[in-house]
Amino acid sequence: MASHEQRHVASYGQLALILLFLLLLTGATVGISYIHLGFFNVPAALSIATLKATLVLLFFMHLRYEGRIIRYSFLGTALVLAIMIGFTFWDVAFR
Amino acid sequence: MSSRRDTLGLRIGMWLFLYSEIILFGGLFVLYAVYYHNFPDFFVAGGRELNRIIGALNTVVLLVSSFTVAASITAIQREKPRQAAGFLLFSLGCGLIFLVNKYFEWGAKIHHDIYPNSPTMQDAEPGLNIFFSLYYVITGLHGLHVIIGMVLLSVSLVLVLRGRVNAGRFTMLENSGLYWHLVDLIWIFVFPMFYLVL
Repeated sequence: MASHEQRHVASYGQLALILLFLLLLTGATVGISYIHLGFFNVPAALSIATLKATLVLLFFMHLRYEGRIIRYSFLGTALVLAIMIGFTFWDVAFR
Repeated sequence: MSSRRDTLGLRIGMWLFLYSEIILFGGLFVLYAVYYHNFPDFFVAGGRELNRIIGALNTVVLLVSSFTVAASITAIQREKPRQAAGFLLFSLGCGLIFLVNKYFEWGAKIHHDIYPNSPTMQDAEPGLNIFFSLYYVITGLHGLHVIIGMVLLSVSLVLVLRGRVNAGRFTMLENSGLYWHLVDLIWIFVFPMFYLVL
């Protein structure tokens, strides 16, 4: 007996559009890396990387169409990661 | 014996495993960030040694392969197994291109006497040593994940061709796909960390 769960089918067009965005963002991050912004190069590169990761997670990994269990547990993991990085920097920066 | 399958449960299991992978690489990223904070100039000098173009090329290769893996799941859901197999074969080709690029990249570094405990590195500044040690550990561990991902995709490909993975039952393909996307996700952060530091 198959499961009765209704699964979302992503269209090729939508997936291709996400790929296009991802490639454009890659171009942008490489382009920005040639411009000297001093301190702002790091946040710029990290913001673009986070945006790309979000697109991959939401559409390629279907996170957008998953139920609450997977969505919230993922957010929990992201929170643990943020605490790990945040608290380490709290320590390193103000030592 | 019941033949009921809990596909959601199978996916939750895969995601739980992916969380542990995220924390594993997250720990290495923290290590990188703290040493970048301590030795910014050496990390910039180390980053200049890496080829930005090869790094960008590998990023594009992984992004395209992620797209084709996602498309193969759509194809299987639409009951087009041959299309799905084609997409998977293409993704495997992308994985191979990535590894060949990595081989040439590491080869060039080793040729320039940049590897852990090489004569050049023994006399180099600690900051530079740490940068290249992290480079080898993180890209090496990521490369290992690419190989594992390719094995999983190959198994899925065989199962698709045999009709064992089909529109009614494709969790194996889906979970292999999730793993492959995770490999892509990690590279999205590794690329700016090593190739784009200024």
